[in-house]
Amino acid sequence: MMNFLNDWGLVLTIFLPLAGALVMMAIPKQSEGAIKLVALGAPLAAAAMGILLMLNFDYGDSESLQFMVNRNWIELINSNFILGLDGLSLPLLALTLFIVPLVVIYSWQHVPNPGNPKAFFTLMLILETAMIGSFLAQDLILFFVFFEVTLLPMYFLIGVWGGEQRRYASIKFFLYTLFGSAFMIVAFVALYFLAKAPTGIALEQLRALGGSYADMQAGDPLRSFGMQALTYSGAAGIAKTTAIVIFGGMFLGFGIKVPMFPFHTWLPDAHTQAPTQGSVILAAVLLKLGTYGFIRIAIPILPVAARAWAPIIGILAVIGIIYGALGCLAQTDMKRLIAFSSVSHMGYTMLGISTLTAFGLNAAVFGMVAHGLITGLLFFIAGSVKERYHTLDIKRLGGLLISAPKMGWILGFATMASLGLPGLAGFWGEFPAILAAYEPAVGLNVALFRTLMVLAAVGTVLAAGYLLWLYQRTAFGTPSEEFENDPNITDVNKFEWLAWSPIIAGIVILGFFPGLIFNVAGPAVEVIARTVGG
Amino acid sequence: MIATLLQLLPEADFLSPTIDWHAIAPEMVILIGSLVLILLDSFKLDKAKPFMPTLASLVLLGALIPVITLAIDGSTRVLFGGSYVVDSMSLVLKALFLVSAYIVVLMSTNYVADGDYWESEYYSLIVAAVLGMLVMCSARDLLMIFVALELLSIPAYMLAAWRKGDEKSNEAGLKYYLMGVFASAVLLYGMSLMYGVGRSTRLDVIAENLVRIGDGRGAPIVTLAMIFVIIGFAFKVSAVPFHTWAPDTYEGAPTPVTAFLAVASKTAGFVALIQIVFYCFAARPDIIQPVFAVLAILSMTVGNLIALKQTNVVRMLAYSGIAQAGFMLAPFAVIETNREQALSSIVIYLVIYAAMNLGAFAVIIAITRKTRSAEITSLGGLFSYMPGLTVVMTIFLASLAGIPPFGGWYAKFGVWQALIGGNTALGYALAIIMAINTVVAAYYYLNVAKTMWFDEAPDGDTAPVKIPFTLIGAMGITVVATVMFGVLPGLLTNISDFSPVAAALGR
Repeated sequence: MMNFLNDWGLVLTIFLPLAGALVMMAIPKQSEGAIKLVALGAPLAAAAMGILLMLNFDYGDSESLQFMVNRNWIELINSNFILGLDGLSLPLLALTLFIVPLVVIYSWQHVPNPGNPKAFFTLMLILETAMIGSFLAQDLILFFVFFEVTLLPMYFLIGVWGGEQRRYASIKFFLYTLFGSAFMIVAFVALYFLAKAPTGIALEQLRALGGSYADMQAGDPLRSFGMQALTYSGAAGIAKTTAIVIFGGMFLGFGIKVPMFPFHTWLPDAHTQAPTQGSVILAAVLLKLGTYGFIRIAIPILPVAARAWAPIIGILAVIGIIYGALGCLAQTDMKRLIAFSSVSHMGYTMLGISTLTAFGLNAAVFGMVAHGLITGLLFFIAGSVKERYHTLDIKRLGGLLISAPKMGWILGFATMASLGLPGLAGFWGEFPAILAAYEPAVGLNVALFRTLMVLAAVGTVLAAGYLLWLYQRTAFGTPSEEFENDPNITDVNKFEWLAWSPIIAGIVILGFFPGLIFNVAGPAVEVIARTVGG
Repeated sequence: MIATLLQLLPEADFLSPTIDWHAIAPEMVILIGSLVLILLDSFKLDKAKPFMPTLASLVLLGALIPVITLAIDGSTRVLFGGSYVVDSMSLVLKALFLVSAYIVVLMSTNYVADGDYWESEYYSLIVAAVLGMLVMCSARDLLMIFVALELLSIPAYMLAAWRKGDEKSNEAGLKYYLMGVFASAVLLYGMSLMYGVGRSTRLDVIAENLVRIGDGRGAPIVTLAMIFVIIGFAFKVSAVPFHTWAPDTYEGAPTPVTAFLAVASKTAGFVALIQIVFYCFAARPDIIQPVFAVLAILSMTVGNLIALKQTNVVRMLAYSGIAQAGFMLAPFAVIETNREQALSSIVIYLVIYAAMNLGAFAVIIAITRKTRSAEITSLGGLFSYMPGLTVVMTIFLASLAGIPPFGGWYAKFGVWQALIGGNTALGYALAIIMAINTVVAAYYYLNVAKTMWFDEAPDGDTAPVKIPFTLIGAMGITVVATVMFGVLPGLLTNISDFSPVAAALGR
């Protein structure tokens, strides 16, 4: 069993959805039943694989990569097919494997207009493969490929199945991300050429990787895209200014994906126009590729540059928190409001990251998962509201608790979770991130970070404001005349229950047992924090 | 009279060169094949017509056999006193030309027959042009390069005007011809100056002399000669500002011919540049690097910006081809510090570009069988009635835009690697400009994808059209190649590891 998992576990987890997509292409368009079966079966198979991996994961050693796969891929540039699972990847892998089947269940009853479930689910499965691959890849080029593969399916999901402004939103999403990743790949290539073998203990660790690293001497050119090797190298041999510029390339790539202020403008459009399923996946998983990239790649590989960039990241994160919150207050569309709240919440994650401490990074990892679950649920609800009311205009909504009481309560639950109510997952994503800013890594400007902390705390008040305001206007009161006796407005149906109850359970469980993530990710981020000297 | 002239010659006897027949077997197959095609046409007339595409395909694939046996043998063969060299790189390129031409023949089969154009001559001209391309791959001599260039250009001038009844096609042929001849004249002038200062037509000898001259007497002529020669080929590869013929020619020419021009003919121009620059002009990187940097930046930027405005998909591909040429020209600008990677990145780009661009043209030919127009708007709603074709086209467009996992990403990656690996300010600048251009290019490629996927069919006509199997074959080969090169670029890098070649041409 263990041998099988070691050799094939991660590969199967990544490629089972893709295999499902290929099977799907062979099924004729008319047999919707078979298509949906494959659409659910493939992510479930991947999830089963994932559960097996998690059961066999050595939690005592979660800082090191497990179930590693290492095969030759592009020899000429020494880029290899390296996969590995550690405490940092595991929560995000779990999140992806958890969300995608729920999205498929939610889509069971009807695929958004203009239909065509075959194409819809094929794209979703390809997207899942790309997302999982990004979280497991341990080679920069492999990561880049998976990272980019997420673009096209999402582009088509928004563009074909989206709202009225879908053409504009989809191309904006695409070009923005591509702009960032073009600079990211240039940064990766620069690392390849400039990084050198380190000295001391790091050199021993590097040699222990074997292969071409086995007889490296300090100062030898590394010529590698391996994340581990580059992390051990820690940008040895790269001048500080050069490292700062390279970090800038990555900052563009990851920061646009997060999205950080001022690169966030694609997000509200993409979210508002995307079909519900697309919004959920985008919010729950795709945004995390950016924050994950910072923690996994940018910071450990370029520690010196990371310290130089940390204040900028911190400031932009807090601007994002406040700006996103103020943006929320100005929205009239429920989905757009949730999208802006994403900008604000991802700000907390980035603030946690910018402290460069184990505590802050750990809070960021928790924040990613919590935001994935909560915002995913909010988008689900928004989608269902839209389906019933055919509008998301907050002014026209109201009285949800009367017309669809169960849905009203679930919306209430989700808003409470989102504003960070203790006992629910959202709290553990925000509060420790703010706390971490009190004591940033040694050498960072303490006064600055404490100011940021205060501002971020103000952000939570704003968050409570816009979320409660949203809830008040949509759920309280009486339904407006136009919807009073609308037969379309029904309560939560069984597919929605099936899709939502696991998320609700997840939010509660993580709220009461935050250790489930803190303890797994802790050791892994601690290693990273140590390399930055935090 | 002749006797006295002969007496003036030096004593050395004329020795007939020993010919390595194996080394030139591919060229011989093509030569004999093209003669057979012409003779069959002359004697059998219309009876031979139906077999012409098949025969042409057989000739092209037949020539692949000696290419493969030579590759298995693996040794570098030098012929004709060093002016003709068969090495691993030339074999890769020869195979590329043969396969590209084969795909063009597949694409032409129904197009030429349905359009009631002259068929037999069409195929013999294509095969003749391929002969020029094969010679170009091995030519290490100015004369040889010039002859090869003319041999591949002259058939192309005629092919561009193949739709005789169509004004646009006539314009295409004439424009291409006039510009081509003008470029040849410039090139020839540059070559004659080069011969004057280099004292030989052999590239390696010229290179030695260039090093010897350095900045001394004759240096200005060296600069002038280099710039003229580069400009001559810049026309061929349609680099800005020598690109003006390309869009009109591409739009007017029959679409399979456009594919041939955009891929095979452009590749041949690049092969010529590779030969001349890497084997000879590399001796003076200080002169050529800035020239190539300017050409590359202009081509990628101007090509992309004009492509944004196009409403015709073939014209769009023409301008995008100009931009792609800019990407391929960029590695020439770091030849001094990163010669090996520059060489292999250009060749890899050429191979991947051939696969994805030929594929895109094949899909356009298939679509225009229905729409009868290459306007982008006429592609609307394609996804609803021909989803397979739409997915295939999307793959090619995504690949051209450089999105993994399709081949184009590795092509661009290779260029970035070459540029940054050179570790020069010029290289970094080019890498950044290229990154920005990649994003601009993505917009117009996706614009086509958008029309196919998101828009409605323009006149509500959603009856699918039957696609001939030769076209399906052409799309099949190119799509498999595009995906394979993207997922497993190692396949390509293994055959294009020219470090021995590059090492051999070190100064």
